[in-house]
Amino acid sequence: MTSLALTRDRIARVRPGPALAALLIAAFLLLFLVVPVVQVIFVAFQDKTTGAFTLVNFADFFQNALFMRSFGNSFYVSAMSVVVASLLALPLAYLTTRFEFRGSVLIQSLGIIPLIMPPFIGAVAMQLLFGRNGSVNLLLRDHFGFSIPFMEGLNGVIFVQSIHYFPFILINLSASLKNIDRAMEESAQNLGCHGFRLFRRIVFPLAMPGYVAGASLVFIKVFDDLGTPLLLNVNDMLAPQAYLRISSIGIADPMGYVISVVLIACSLLALWVSALAMRGKDYATVQRGGGGLAKRRLKPLELVAAYGIVLLILVLVLAPHVGLGLLSFATIWSFSPLPDAFTLKHYHTVFSESGQYITNTLLYASLAALLDVVIGTAIAYLVLRTKLPGRQWLDYIAMAALAVPGVVLGIGYLRSFYGVPMPFTGQPLSNFWLILVFALAIRRLPYALRACTAALQQVSSSLEEAAENLGATKLRTVGRIVVPLMSGGILAGFVTSFATAAVELSATIMLVHSQSDAPLAYGLYVYMQSAAGRGPGAALGIFAVIIVGLGTYLSHVVIERGRRDRSQDH
Amino acid sequence: MLRTTRTLRNAAAALVVLLLSGTAAFAQDAGGKLVIVTSFPKDMTTAFQQAFQKANPKVTVEILNRNTNAGVKYLQETASNNGVDLFWASAPDAFEVLKGAGLLQPYKPKVEGIPEKVGAYPVNDPEGMYAGFAASGYGIMWNTRYMKANDLPIPKEWADLTKPVYYDHVAISAPSRSGTTHLTIETILQGEGWEKGWRTNKEMAGNYRTITERSFGVPDGVNSGAFGVGIVIDFFALSSQASGFPVEFAYPTVTTIVPANVGVVKNAPNKAAAEGFVDFLLSPKGQEVLLEPAIRRLPVNPVTYEKAPAGYPNPFKDKSLGAQVNFDVNVSQARYNVVDALFDQLVTFQLDDLKAATQAIHKAEAALAKKPNDKAKALLGEARDLVAAMPVTAEQAADPQLAGAFTVERKSAKDAVPERQAQVEQKWAAFAKENYANARKKADEALALAR
Repeated sequence: MTSLALTRDRIARVRPGPALAALLIAAFLLLFLVVPVVQVIFVAFQDKTTGAFTLVNFADFFQNALFMRSFGNSFYVSAMSVVVASLLALPLAYLTTRFEFRGSVLIQSLGIIPLIMPPFIGAVAMQLLFGRNGSVNLLLRDHFGFSIPFMEGLNGVIFVQSIHYFPFILINLSASLKNIDRAMEESAQNLGCHGFRLFRRIVFPLAMPGYVAGASLVFIKVFDDLGTPLLLNVNDMLAPQAYLRISSIGIADPMGYVISVVLIACSLLALWVSALAMRGKDYATVQRGGGGLAKRRLKPLELVAAYGIVLLILVLVLAPHVGLGLLSFATIWSFSPLPDAFTLKHYHTVFSESGQYITNTLLYASLAALLDVVIGTAIAYLVLRTKLPGRQWLDYIAMAALAVPGVVLGIGYLRSFYGVPMPFTGQPLSNFWLILVFALAIRRLPYALRACTAALQQVSSSLEEAAENLGATKLRTVGRIVVPLMSGGILAGFVTSFATAAVELSATIMLVHSQSDAPLAYGLYVYMQSAAGRGPGAALGIFAVIIVGLGTYLSHVVIERGRRDRSQDH
Repeated sequence: MLRTTRTLRNAAAALVVLLLSGTAAFAQDAGGKLVIVTSFPKDMTTAFQQAFQKANPKVTVEILNRNTNAGVKYLQETASNNGVDLFWASAPDAFEVLKGAGLLQPYKPKVEGIPEKVGAYPVNDPEGMYAGFAASGYGIMWNTRYMKANDLPIPKEWADLTKPVYYDHVAISAPSRSGTTHLTIETILQGEGWEKGWRTNKEMAGNYRTITERSFGVPDGVNSGAFGVGIVIDFFALSSQASGFPVEFAYPTVTTIVPANVGVVKNAPNKAAAEGFVDFLLSPKGQEVLLEPAIRRLPVNPVTYEKAPAGYPNPFKDKSLGAQVNFDVNVSQARYNVVDALFDQLVTFQLDDLKAATQAIHKAEAALAKKPNDKAKALLGEARDLVAAMPVTAEQAADPQLAGAFTVERKSAKDAVPERQAQVEQKWAAFAKENYANARKKADEALALAR
């Protein structure tokens, strides 16, 4: 990483700096994303009997009723999830950035926690709370004689996905709102605009880059996510169909890879549409340092209403983690609103068995997230500030990673790097733990990239021009002007990448080759394969949530302090 | 600004420390390391790991946990530079895949006194590529609280699960996802014959609440009460019970007891330790570990049952256990993928339609019981036949031509080109969808007549 920064340092002084940076990033993406993935999905274009190039598999895809149904379902679920996630994220983001609100930082941090829904147990906890025989429905049925099908079929997927991924919108939208020039708002107010109209006509449009960044992430992520539908046993969506085919023994059917290609194509399409929506609009504002929107004090009645809304949303989105907490202390929890009894022994088990998992996770996830924001910032800068031919492709390729199923990436890495021996030890390269970091970085790069792009879109290039006119070099301008002004977005990117990398499983499970190198998600997986492991698994999940939650909170504190320091410098 | 640079420098320092500590964690190696890829749960692997290391202090056991399919893929992908000594999992068919790919090496365990067969299934691979070390059978598991709350009778046989009272209360994992479920489906097919077996399977499926993607999803759901009844392998139920969940388990008469296996991987880096582990598994000491409450598998060494708690199932004594069906491995092997794909296309992916048809049949049946009507009865029979109808016969299912659509590759371009898998599947799915819709219509007509 440092070497990457150094190289970029060196090449920036030579004039064609951006070109070289672009080449480096392209090489990285090629080596760790394109080559491994192509190694796996070329099967989609192959005639099974002759091995020749063919498109017949795609024709099969579009003639297959099941695949078409899955396609429709995936699209519907993704779109609905964006709607529901927006309903959850908008009030939280607006209230906490726009008003004097006690505990804004806390709410913003709590709002990230749903992203850290550890695999397997997240769904178990949701079933225990909201399932057909979960706490809520058992109580409803006992007292009122009816139940609500929260978790049935596609509704269940939408419900869980929007709770899980709404932080993408929250984080990016908040970052945008904080970056809006206060002067815009004040001028509007001077012209007599206020209330909801002010929000609708001035504030929200100015925060659009953040919202679109978040919403497109939610859409693509839900479209490509397979964990949630699988755990709710919804099979007729695209990603589960691909996964079920690719990971079954004995079925060497090209359709799984065809679906992967379709997934990747759809993600790129969604991205292209969102880029189209943003085209021709200028969101940059010159004024900085005021710390975003003017914060207003709420009237007592408004305050009560605002707290009511925020609390309601928080209760809903944190419910899975409450369930997880209960599960981690529970002895037996079966067909009852609450566990039979409580115990501390699961935590004891985890403490004595799983310390290594936690340190490994911290190491891998922070390295991966760091790599992500460095590359993300660089790509954002290249795309928005340079005229390099083909620069958009860096963006598209990096984003395509979102659509690559983790299993495909994992198998691709094994195929590409297993035959390569490492210097000194002679072990296969794919066994080196840094490969796991690269896999995580590639998988989570899209999050950081979207956040960084949104942040840079809001920085006016006139600020850079001013700096360069004053004699600053390009590199100095980037380092002293652009990156500090982007810090909110970069942080948002770091946090999302870190939080989600910490609980990533699907690629990890293929690449872990020894227990001492295994991250937390692998530990969770191992626990959740047995009846006795449910409690310890939940306890380990709670650790994951606390670690990532604390990390998020700390980075918020750091960035807030930095912001305050800077505004005092002015 | 000064502060920012300082923070940056601190961050860089922290990063270096992190990197170094990571490398340190990685550098340990050497000594007698035994690498085992397994699909078994942690409770089980840890118990064996500790027992084995106690008996062989010089060997360090490294457990790599993967589900069976991922484990097989991992071995296939890493075969060029193999670092795994043992493959240790339930499903015999996973071992067949590895054997077929030439990824195992033969070993004849030194332990004496292991019978040839458990139930009707041979314990060891005839070519010695893998050995059975524990037996398991499929059966029915239920949550007692759920059964009480929903007023459900206790099911004893597969046929019980076809009764209307269980509608929407039962779960199973997909046979294409779980080698052991596949064996259950295949056992029913072999025990009752192709046509009748599928009828039973589909009538049961009409009552399914869900079809899970992981084997463990079923016991997990029964444990938490998400559904009441699950079709599971015995140790899932027995170990859940031992962990305190309010669940019970029974073997139906038609079941197969199959061995869980262990095999030495070809080019194992630590062959001696791997063979030692196999022998340990089969030794009295190793077999006793199987009796632990969190593991609960059936030992293959008959002597060990003397130490088992009262009521422990013993396939060597209780001859009814798994002996009813003479399980033919060759028949199973020939139609393996076809059965999986049939189940997926006719049941898993059409579950909503199948359930709608089943519910209509149940309703008409209930109405008919109160007010008999011959025409309605005939219609109902037709509806049932439509649900049970199969797009392929037993002979077609075993036809290598059809199986060819599901296998990896033809040996040469001159081989007959089968239909593409996607085409075949689409045909089956359309067949099922139409039949289920017609069945529902006929059942509704029957209901109208009986009213």
